[in-house]
Amino acid sequence: MLSFIVIIPFLSAFILALIYLSKPSKQREMLYSFIGVGSIFVVSVLSLLSLYRVISSGESINTTLFNWISIDGFIIPLAFSADALSAIMIGFISSIGLLIHIYASGYMRGDAGFGKFFAYFNLFMGSMLLLVLANTPIIMFIGWELVGLSSYLLIGYYHTDGANIKAANKAFILNRVGDFGFIMGILLLFLAAGTNGFTFLDIKSNISMVDYNLLAIIGVLLFVGAMGKSAQIPLYVWLPDAMAGPTPVSALIHAATMVTAGVYMVARFSFIYELIPNIGEFIASIGVVSALFAAIIASYQSDIKKILAYSTMSQLGYMFIAVGLGFYDEGIFHVFTHAFFKALLFMGAGAVIIAMHHEQNIFKMGGLKKDLKLVYITMFIATLAISGIPPFAGFFSKDAILVSAFASGYTGIWILASLTAALTSYYMFRLLFVVFHSKENTTTLKPLSSSMTIPLVILALGATFAGFIQNSFSEFLNITNITTDLEHSHEIMLELLNVVLAIVGMAAAYKLYALDAKETKANTMLKKLVINKFYIDEIYEFFILKSILKLSKISTNILEPKGFDGFIRLNVWLYRSSGFIFSKLQNGLVRYYALYMLLGISAICLYLIIKLGV
Amino acid sequence: MNPNMFFLLASVLFSIGLVGIVSRRNLFVVYLSIELMLSSINLILATLSKLSNDPSGSVMALIMIAVIAAEAALFLAIIIHLNRLRRSVDSDDFKDLAQRGVK
Repeated sequence: MLSFIVIIPFLSAFILALIYLSKPSKQREMLYSFIGVGSIFVVSVLSLLSLYRVISSGESINTTLFNWISIDGFIIPLAFSADALSAIMIGFISSIGLLIHIYASGYMRGDAGFGKFFAYFNLFMGSMLLLVLANTPIIMFIGWELVGLSSYLLIGYYHTDGANIKAANKAFILNRVGDFGFIMGILLLFLAAGTNGFTFLDIKSNISMVDYNLLAIIGVLLFVGAMGKSAQIPLYVWLPDAMAGPTPVSALIHAATMVTAGVYMVARFSFIYELIPNIGEFIASIGVVSALFAAIIASYQSDIKKILAYSTMSQLGYMFIAVGLGFYDEGIFHVFTHAFFKALLFMGAGAVIIAMHHEQNIFKMGGLKKDLKLVYITMFIATLAISGIPPFAGFFSKDAILVSAFASGYTGIWILASLTAALTSYYMFRLLFVVFHSKENTTTLKPLSSSMTIPLVILALGATFAGFIQNSFSEFLNITNITTDLEHSHEIMLELLNVVLAIVGMAAAYKLYALDAKETKANTMLKKLVINKFYIDEIYEFFILKSILKLSKISTNILEPKGFDGFIRLNVWLYRSSGFIFSKLQNGLVRYYALYMLLGISAICLYLIIKLGV
Repeated sequence: MNPNMFFLLASVLFSIGLVGIVSRRNLFVVYLSIELMLSSINLILATLSKLSNDPSGSVMALIMIAVIAAEAALFLAIIIHLNRLRRSVDSDDFKDLAQRGVK
């Protein structure tokens, strides 16, 4: 069953690509969406069945397809395993992925590359499922790379615009930087603990013998991989640019796949990170700084999708706070709830963008409340959820993280995270008010197809009710073995505080933007700094790109021609000139040859005379 | 009998022949020098044969004289042919088999 979950999306991607390549000019949207969406439907049914089986039996499911590498007793099988963690992951990846696929079949209608899009989309799903279900880090790495590849293909989907290609390349290259850390981590882990097989279970049983310092290095290197995929400081700059792709892509990347891979990976290696709590603290600090940083930037953005992109980065920061401090259940639960409301937000944003004829600046929208009632209501629910207002899903998961951070004594992290929560509420409601309230809408809207609106409703239900399963979720997942003894009254106080913070943010947004919204002007230094995203891209360009460019110029202009080529040329010259000397000897004149003979015989005679003393 | 004078004469003849080959360009003179060298070898063969009371050396010299005569006929024919080809008996004109194209 598990192997089918992985194989079906790849297979359908292959079939879609074949059909698309055979007759690209003809529109066959029905066929494409039937194969593309249908395959994911089958996958999600299978995933939910496996999830059900794992829940009901309490044991993990394992499948081995074949031995991929088998060298002298060392075997890496292509094997899949669904334990509590991966079962939950495939459950929501496939079901939210299915909704996004349905939505995409409406969103992409009329696009010339419809078939290509669905081929990429299915490839993306297959890669993510492979990543999650892999039972060895090596197979996981294959999925990890394939996710990177698919995101590259999808971000650069509108390939006629050079900027999109640039964004795709940026995402790809920055992810490679992270992947370098990841692969180094895996290699070190393999050297340290890869004696009998290299599955997660084997590593887990060997890990206690590994030296602490080496383990810390491995932990950091693996987290570097997570930084790249999950867009944490300093490897986050690709994420806002990734908005160049079609909106369903953003929804898929941000809600169900790719960016959550980093969190999943840290949770997957929880047995390592439990042994190195210092690295965990480091992860949590990176998480909280990323969360706050992204929230600040999001508060000043005016592109609807970029706001959501920064909000994803911020929410991922929360997840890393949780998994860094060892609260894996809470972290994964936030991944789970976040998938619902973030998918909903992106799809709502996509609906607005389509209705507004591909307008993405929120300040050019406004007053859409009446015309897009369904989108408005679902977006409102999602905004409430992400802001952490009970009883919506985000409240439970975010609150759990904040309470855990407070209870385990990391006050600094807790304060910054709470501040971020207030900011989250502020910028999300800012978006909502500017788009749907404020001034009157004057443009005539494009009608939305039902395949776009139905998934919104389903996700809205999820965003509303997903929070209630928190206790059974943690009980089932059960990775965390840290307990926090916090009095119940304190917990209630903290929850109240969080709600108050969220309402403060909401009120601020209402006051500033609900009635009359004007685009934020960069009139002070500080505002200019924030609107330009702290010039991080420019700093990277100046310090890293420029210096690498300089280095390559030096190597092409000086090192290569003078250094290496010079050495080769010197050798060539040496051989050529010695050949020249010998060629002088071979002039074809018999008398010279006779002279050489004479000289040679004389030399031999001389030698004999001296040596033998004749 | 003191053979040293014979050996000295042979050495002198051989050296004159060798130097002749090296220094002269006229094919006839080159041929002459070769003959000189061959004669010096014949002289040594005959001397050694006399010294060791073994006639086989003298027989060898006799055979060589016959061979040299045949060779003379061949060589002169070659020289005449070369002369017809190039209108020259200068050995430096005949280097077609030397490697070309190298600076």
